[in-house]
Amino acid sequence: MADRNTFRLMLIILGVIFAFLYIPISVLVGLSFNEGGLPTAWTGFSFKWYGALLENEDILKAAGNTLIVAIFSTLLSTLLGSLLAIGVEIRRRNGKWLETLIFAPMIIPDIVLAIALLSFFSLIGVKMGLHTIIVSHVVFNLAFVCAVVRARLKNFDWSIVEASADLGASTFTTLKRVIIPVLMPAIVAGALLAFTLSVDEFIIAFFTAGAGRASITLPMQIFAMIRFGVTPEINALATLVMAVSVIALALSQRLNKGGLPGQ
Amino acid sequence: MSTDRRPMILMTPAMLWLFGLMVVPCVLILVLAFFRRGVYGGIEYTVTLENLALVFDPLYFKIFLKSAGIAGLSAAIACVLGYAAAYAIAAMPRRHQSMLLFFAVLPFWSNYLVRTYAWIVLLNREGLIVNLARWLGFEGELPSMLYSEQAVIIGLVYNYLPFVILSCYAPLSRLNPDISEASRDLGASGWTTFRRVTLPMTVPGIATGFVFVFVLSIGNFVTPALLGGGQFQMIGNLVYAQFLTANDWPFGAALSMVLIAVMLGLLMLQAVVAERASGRKGAQNG
Repeated sequence: MADRNTFRLMLIILGVIFAFLYIPISVLVGLSFNEGGLPTAWTGFSFKWYGALLENEDILKAAGNTLIVAIFSTLLSTLLGSLLAIGVEIRRRNGKWLETLIFAPMIIPDIVLAIALLSFFSLIGVKMGLHTIIVSHVVFNLAFVCAVVRARLKNFDWSIVEASADLGASTFTTLKRVIIPVLMPAIVAGALLAFTLSVDEFIIAFFTAGAGRASITLPMQIFAMIRFGVTPEINALATLVMAVSVIALALSQRLNKGGLPGQ
Repeated sequence: MSTDRRPMILMTPAMLWLFGLMVVPCVLILVLAFFRRGVYGGIEYTVTLENLALVFDPLYFKIFLKSAGIAGLSAAIACVLGYAAAYAIAAMPRRHQSMLLFFAVLPFWSNYLVRTYAWIVLLNREGLIVNLARWLGFEGELPSMLYSEQAVIIGLVYNYLPFVILSCYAPLSRLNPDISEASRDLGASGWTTFRRVTLPMTVPGIATGFVFVFVLSIGNFVTPALLGGGQFQMIGNLVYAQFLTANDWPFGAALSMVLIAVMLGLLMLQAVVAERASGRKGAQNG
C-alpha cells in the first residue's frame, strides 16, 4: 500500500487545506470575544460586543424580519416540497422535463433568479416586501425539501401502502396515517435545511425586498454594515449567524441519518 | 389510469409554484432583452436587437472577459486545491474519511457573507495579515491586499473549495485500488500511475467542480462588491447596476441572457462529460 512518505505528504496537504478553511472563520470568532475589539491586541475575553448587538435597533429589526421570512417560507416549502416528493416517487416514471424543473431551482444562479423575480414582480405590479421575499425563497427551498424527502423515499417499503389500502384506508388516510409519519424525520430534516437556507439567503432577498428599509433582512443588514468596514459588532453578529446555521444543519444531518422508525 | 392521477394532485401545487415563480420570470428576462429602454427608465415595447449588440460592445464585453478570466482562474485554483484535499482524504483510513469530509464541507454551510467578511478581517489595512507581517519585522507601508483582483479570487476559491472537494472525492473513493496496484506491478512509478491511471479516471469529478465554481463565480456580485472594492466590476455587478441603479432593465436582461447562455452551455458540457465517463465505466464492466 501507500508508503510512509506518501502518507506523510497527504497529512501535510490535509493540514494546509484545513488551515485555509478554518483560520479565517476562527479569527473572526476569536475577535468577536476580544474585549478591545481590535485584531492588534488581545485585551481580554468579553461578551461586550454581543451585548451591543442587543441594543442595536436596526439589527433587532432585521433579525425579526429574517425570522418571519424563514418561518413562513419553511412552512410553505415543507408542505409543497414533501407533497411533490411523494407524488414524484409514487409516479416513478418521470419525464426528463419534470426532473429538470425540480432540479433547476437548486442549481440556478441566485442572481438570475433574483433579477427574474424582481422584473416579474415589478411588471405585474406587485408591491414588494417581506411577502415577496417569502414566496421567492419557497422556490428554491421546496426543491431542497423535495430532494431530502425523495432520498428517504428511495428505500421506502411501498408494501405498507398497499397493506393500508387493502385494509380499506382511503388514499388520504394512507397519506396521513402511513406515509407521512414514516417520512417525518426526513420532512423535519428538509424543513431545517430550508430554514437555514432562508436565514442565510442574501441575493434574492436583496432584489425582492422592495425599496426602503422596512423589509431589510439580517444578511442585507450584514452586507450594508460590511461595506462600511470592520467593526467588533459585525464579528459578533457574524459568529452568531454562523452558529445558527451550523447547529441547524447538524440537527438536520442527525435526523436524516437516524433511520426510519421500525426499520 | 386513476393510479396515475393521484400523484399528480400531490405534485400540482409545487409544480404551479415553480412554473409561476421560476419558469415565467426567467422567460420574462429573455423577452425583456428584446425591448427598448424607455426615456424615463421604463420599457418601450418595440422589438430591438440593440441590447444584445451592446453586450458585445468592447466596453462591456471587456467586463465579460475579465469576469470569465477571474472565474476561470478561481475555478482552476479551487480544482487543484480541492483535488489534492480529496485525494488526501481518500488516502486516509476508511473509518476517518466521512468525518474528514464532513469537516471539509462544514464551512460551506455557513453564511456566504460571513465567510467573505472573514477575509476582510484578515486582509484589511489593520487586519491580521498586515499585523503579522509587521510583527515579523516588515517595515513601512505594506501594499493593501484588500480591494484587489487577488482578494476577489481568494474569496471565490475559499467559498467554493468545499464543493470541489466533494465532487472530486466521489470518484476518488470509488476508485478500485487493484487497478493502481496493477499499474505498479507492471512497473509504473507512483507519479506515472497517478498521471496515467488515477487522474484520467477521476476527470469527471474535476470537470463537475470546475464548471460549478466557474458558473457560481462568473455571475457573482457579492464577492467583487465586498473584496474588490467599489470600483471593481464583474458581470454580476453590471447586471445589478442595470436593475437597481441605472434602471436600464432591457440591457440588464440582455446581459443576463448572455450570462445564462454561458452558464447553461457549460452545465450541458459537464453533463456530457459525466455521461461519457459513466458510459466508459459501463463498457468496462460489460
